[in-house]
Amino acid sequence: MIGIIDYGMGNLFSVSKALERLDVPYFISEKAEELMMANGLILPGVGSFKDAMERLNETGLSSMIKEFVGLGKPLLGICLGMQLLFEGSKENGETIGLGLLTGYVEKFPGVTADGGRYKVPHMGWNQLVWTQSSLILQQVEEDYAYFVHSYYVDRMDKDILLGKCSYNVEVPAVVGNGNLFGMQFHPEKSSKLGMKLLRNFTELARERVTT
Amino acid sequence: MLTKRIIPCLDVKDGRVVKGIQFVQLQDAGDPVQMARFYDEQGADELVFLDISASVEGRKTMLEVVQAVAAELAIPFTVGGGINSLEDMKGILRTGADKVSLNTAAVKSPNLITEGANFFGSQCIVVAIDAKYDSELGSWRVYTHGGRIPTDLDVIKWARKAVELGAGEILLTSMDSDGEKSGFNIELTRAVSKAVSIPVIASGGAGCAEHFLDVFTKGKADAALAASIFHYKETSVAEVKTFLKEKEVLVR
Repeated sequence: MIGIIDYGMGNLFSVSKALERLDVPYFISEKAEELMMANGLILPGVGSFKDAMERLNETGLSSMIKEFVGLGKPLLGICLGMQLLFEGSKENGETIGLGLLTGYVEKFPGVTADGGRYKVPHMGWNQLVWTQSSLILQQVEEDYAYFVHSYYVDRMDKDILLGKCSYNVEVPAVVGNGNLFGMQFHPEKSSKLGMKLLRNFTELARERVTT
Repeated sequence: MLTKRIIPCLDVKDGRVVKGIQFVQLQDAGDPVQMARFYDEQGADELVFLDISASVEGRKTMLEVVQAVAAELAIPFTVGGGINSLEDMKGILRTGADKVSLNTAAVKSPNLITEGANFFGSQCIVVAIDAKYDSELGSWRVYTHGGRIPTDLDVIKWARKAVELGAGEILLTSMDSDGEKSGFNIELTRAVSKAVSIPVIASGGAGCAEHFLDVFTKGKADAALAASIFHYKETSVAEVKTFLKEKEVLVR
């Protein structure tokens, strides 16, 4: 069973509908003890890093997430949910993140090195390029994914970069360390590619149970 | 790099797609879910549903449509029409839409843009602007109520204001070009796209694939929306994309 973490930030509906399309059993919960029972967790999220961390800390869900990941159980952070896995962000002042992965969240500068302007948020379909092989990318061809974000992960540990795209800067798109994964784009809105990635994640969670 | 987006727009009245014609692949062209799936398979990057129901009952039905579409579709979609309050936005977004589009309501109460952006994030809030050239003004004027009522607002200034208030995207319709099928309004689109730091969706005037090329290259649009040319099969999303690829415009 996949648990979707409900901490009041983001569109849980799209993620849950995507799991329904895949015929994967899931539950949505805000309770640490229930979520700990899941075989795999999804941390969705849109909105501000600061608000999200405050809620995770107030509800005790931060400790639950760290414990869950510490046990080696699969967790997937989506969009803001991926950014929260890193050390911190300067969105609305400095905020400390979950610190499970090495890297900092920065805003797209909106200006190129030679002074050209570009639009922020990075919104729309961008081409993914895999940088490493991983179970989560198994049998998934490089394709377009749907992104909506104004911040991206910078100064990250390159060993955990699995896939990237380019938007004037290099944007980490898929990250992974052991059974901990993050996707900057929205797999639940990324057509066939997104569904395959979600399928792979849920398979990982399932296999851990049966073996 | 980011691709240019092609966005079919569907008018929905009392839960049924209007203006849709009978595609051979579809048993029921009035069914929003079947139409959505059809466009998804053709390679549409997003969809916009415009609720043109006039009644309270019709609006309630729209929520059922949103839910059914969200359950089926793995690409983003926006819902516009008749959204007047934060409560209306909550209804639509919590039922599964990715974005809401505000038009008349945003002009009447600009604070609604900020309320929505604070609650859901800017990425969920599209501000739709109906623009018509005004020779007295020497610029484009904002119209509301489906293009029936002129306002005192200048389109460029209003677009900038909408960004300040928290809009995540501008859906810009040229009333001068709408329905003419003679091409998007390049001048207007370029002016707005250069004036704001957020993506601009051009709308109104699409008649063939070349028009999309022009609005992306000359008009600097980030996305282009069309209704009748897709519904009446004058061209398809797939054909437009093939043409754009040949012309080296990046599309999915």
